[in-house]
Amino acid sequence: MHEFDWSSIPGALPFLWDGMKISLLITAQAVLIGIVWGTLLAMMRLSSIKPLSWFAAGYVNFFRAIPLVMVLLWFFLIVPRFIETLLDFPPGSDLRLSSAMMGFALFESAYYSEIIRAGIQSVPKGQISAASALGMTYGQSMRLVVLPQAFRNMVPLLLTQAIILFQDTSLVYVSALADFFGAAYKVGDRDGRLVELLLFAGAVYFVICFSASQIVKRLQKKYHPA
Amino acid sequence: MNYQWNWGVFLQPSATGDDTYLGWMISGLQMTIALSLSAWVLALMLGALVGVLRTVPNKLLAGLATAYVELFRNIPLLVQLFIWYFVLPELLPPDLGNAFKQSHPVMQQFLSSMVCLGLFTSARVAEQVRAGINSLPRGQKNAGLALGFTLPQTYRFVMLPMAFRLVVPPLTSEFLNIFKNSAVCSTIGLLELAAQGRQLVDYTAQPYESFIAVTLAYVMINVVVMLLMRRLETKVAVPGYIGGK
Amino acid sequence: MIKIANVSKQYGDFKVLTECSTTVSKGEVIVVCGPSGSGKSTLIKCVNGLEPFQSGEIVVNGISVGDRKTNLSKLRAQVGMVFQNFELFPHMSITENLVIAQTKVLKRSKDEAMDKGMKLLDRVGLRAQAAKYPGQLSGGQQQRVAIARALAMDPICMLFDEPTSALDPEMVNEVLDVMTELAREGMTMMCVTHEMGFAKSVANRVIFMDQGRIVEDDSKDAFFANPRSERAQQFLAKILQH
Repeated sequence: MHEFDWSSIPGALPFLWDGMKISLLITAQAVLIGIVWGTLLAMMRLSSIKPLSWFAAGYVNFFRAIPLVMVLLWFFLIVPRFIETLLDFPPGSDLRLSSAMMGFALFESAYYSEIIRAGIQSVPKGQISAASALGMTYGQSMRLVVLPQAFRNMVPLLLTQAIILFQDTSLVYVSALADFFGAAYKVGDRDGRLVELLLFAGAVYFVICFSASQIVKRLQKKYHPA
Repeated sequence: MNYQWNWGVFLQPSATGDDTYLGWMISGLQMTIALSLSAWVLALMLGALVGVLRTVPNKLLAGLATAYVELFRNIPLLVQLFIWYFVLPELLPPDLGNAFKQSHPVMQQFLSSMVCLGLFTSARVAEQVRAGINSLPRGQKNAGLALGFTLPQTYRFVMLPMAFRLVVPPLTSEFLNIFKNSAVCSTIGLLELAAQGRQLVDYTAQPYESFIAVTLAYVMINVVVMLLMRRLETKVAVPGYIGGK
Repeated sequence: MIKIANVSKQYGDFKVLTECSTTVSKGEVIVVCGPSGSGKSTLIKCVNGLEPFQSGEIVVNGISVGDRKTNLSKLRAQVGMVFQNFELFPHMSITENLVIAQTKVLKRSKDEAMDKGMKLLDRVGLRAQAAKYPGQLSGGQQQRVAIARALAMDPICMLFDEPTSALDPEMVNEVLDVMTELAREGMTMMCVTHEMGFAKSVANRVIFMDQGRIVEDDSKDAFFANPRSERAQQFLAKILQH
């Protein structure tokens, strides 16, 4: 049987915390971009201007068809080379990390866009009619009437997606970013204590995600009592 | 830009000499499909069981099922995979652990990946099954019981057949997810599609062609699965109900 | 046939049923009415054990419903029930709906069950719909199938839980006609319904419930001519206005 030895964890905590900060940073950045870009995509998708709607549909369906791992590999291995040759960057400038983070955000936007589209569609059509009857333009009725209602309905789903996204950040492992998981793996590998460090990482993710999902559940009950 | 496009690269013999690069891709595709399908079978069986248990009146069984779902839903897939692959063999009884470690490396990778993907997905399937059962009108259960069915019979003849039909559309997206999630298994060295793509980049010096081909392969899997599931959906549609004719 | 004695039921602090007692003899037709939330549906569901109750006793055909040792499935197989929302099984054809419980619960042969099912479909006038699915029938048709499904089990008595309140007005009568015929043939029936016309023409007794209590339990003539409680008077005044 395996003899557990947890002694390498306490000393590694500052390093692990640095990793956690990167995980949280990537999460925050992707949630922000995801909501903004996702809203734009959703509005394009629902727009009556065909090319915009086609573009948004193509974007969303494409990103939802391929694995996140593939997207991260693209943005880690291929895209930086392309940009470097295209813009003639001086050799040695490392775009790979920011590129991977950008790829992550672009990927998650596709998922956010679907949630937001459903949210917009959940607002009764009569609301737009009522807004236009009051003399509002399409943009005004979206901004002042539809989106505020849509977002209120969507808050639990957006937060749940943020929890999924936080879990997804562990995959930046493939692009050699030292997020929390990458840090835990490194420490385990270095000290020959992979078993303990992986279990520790699993427990940390579980505690964070489980508590967060319970909070979301409570919020949901508070605002949408069934 | 002075990149030399060369789609002919796939027909060239591979670096190891016994195959073409196209052959690498096809073997990766086969691995992805074999892994996803076997994990899907596991996920459906476990997911159906756990989903049903979450709805039964017995508090202990329902609680255990809830714990199962929460455990697999709140730990990232990658972490679960590493735990199955690196941790579990160390914690097994020595005989079993050693037997695993002495088996063929590809076998080790495949087994860990299959169990990991299967259990991860089963928790999500369970949630869909539970939602399907809970979305049935409450009266259906009473109607079954009132006819003299026992509770298990009511599940078997009345609630489950209907719940499974309701659950087919949401399960489509879980089925698609399992193919996409299988790419995570490239991290433990399993040579599935994404891993082969990475290898192609290293060996061919034609990164664009390699990645475009692999990406398109995933898109293709996606389209095929969607078409198949759509056929299944029309097949199980209940006449006179939403989705039925 | 059915004896209800001092039955009480509560959810937490909320009393759904308080000390309800009545009896139904063989061949009797009882109409249970009262405002919504008065506990009438709960009471009727207690009779076949779909709703548990904390105190009192219900005995159906000599079998105690509340007794832990009672095989409830066996009892329910002898007590037919018709629901407000029909509750046909949507994934089965009409024929399968009629056959399934006969074969799986009563262990009848498929042929025998089919035979019985078809006869009953004939009786409710829906033979032509046998191959269809519930979702393809109107509400009134579905409810008639549901009655046939319950009758296929050769029940010793029938419980009706607001069988017409989910129906469009023009379909109410086709269901009431089937129920009336059943009553005339001597079926023991307990019906929760607001159809006072049905009560007047078919019922032997009317039970009026309010806030979980049985307030009136009288012959139909006495009930309609001279309801004793103020609540029943108000209720009748409201419902008969239409």
